[in-house]
Amino acid sequence: MVKRFFVFLVLIIFIYQLLPLITNFKPNTELKHIANEYVESGPQKVGASNLVTSVVVTYRGLDTLGEIAVLFIATTGVGFVLKNKKEKKKTLRPASEILQTGTNFLLPLIFLFGIYVFVHGHLTPGGGFQGGVIITSGIVLLMLSNISFKLNHMVLNIVESLSGLSYVIMGILGLVLAAGFLDNGFISLGKFGTLFSAGAIPIIYSIIGFKVGSELTGIVEKMRK
Amino acid sequence: MIQVIIIVLGIIMLLAAILAIYSRNLIAAVISAGVISLFASIIYLLLAAPDVAMTEAAIGSGLTTIIFLFAIKKIKEDKEDSDG
Repeated sequence: MVKRFFVFLVLIIFIYQLLPLITNFKPNTELKHIANEYVESGPQKVGASNLVTSVVVTYRGLDTLGEIAVLFIATTGVGFVLKNKKEKKKTLRPASEILQTGTNFLLPLIFLFGIYVFVHGHLTPGGGFQGGVIITSGIVLLMLSNISFKLNHMVLNIVESLSGLSYVIMGILGLVLAAGFLDNGFISLGKFGTLFSAGAIPIIYSIIGFKVGSELTGIVEKMRK
Repeated sequence: MIQVIIIVLGIIMLLAAILAIYSRNLIAAVISAGVISLFASIIYLLLAAPDVAMTEAAIGSGLTTIIFLFAIKKIKEDKEDSDG
């Protein structure tokens, strides 16, 4: 009884605190200082027609590097917690014919779409993270349809390490050749709105795509065993 | 019109959240947690944030659900091991 009373008390306090957010809500009619700066100078300075990408990869590139590091630590943690037990032979039922045929048909399309998403990250919505996750979901489909499917861990580790390394190298190149760490200006910005534009952003986003894809694939592979 | 759609989607999300908490069936709970992310991504899309919508749909409703299902399977296997 007392416990329930406290629960309701906390709820009422929450409602009292959060109600002004709804009642006093006024939509912003214009952008505030730093958002305005991004919108006005972003297309000229960065050259990406998707403004979100220019913020994520260039203006706040260091944050993205931090997110990649967090993902790497999460992968390591999963591998550390889920220790491999002795291999016992499991008798799993093979996947149905429909799933196998569907996977054979869909898998190249899913991979192609994932690669499209991260290569066109500076033009259309999406980018390295989304593309990497789409590729991972393709690999999950492959795992579900083919129970004897084994990933080559060596290739996975090499892709992961190489992409992480080259991400930092791109950042340092930006620091040496252009304005600052992860600046994209050391490759010519090109024509606004075409595939080969926005300097180093397509390269950096492709690297992020490979990194995220290999890390998440590693997590799923460790969970599956 | 768009506000009505958002409110309906929000109500569905609330119902799915309640189902995810109170359902005794773990698989159903995980699936309804994925449904929350799916409808959240539709709301993001309606609010003109397609980048966030893609992330939410791919990670929230796709990968997280799969990882939870794998985890449930793993827990069941461990229980069978310790019982037998």
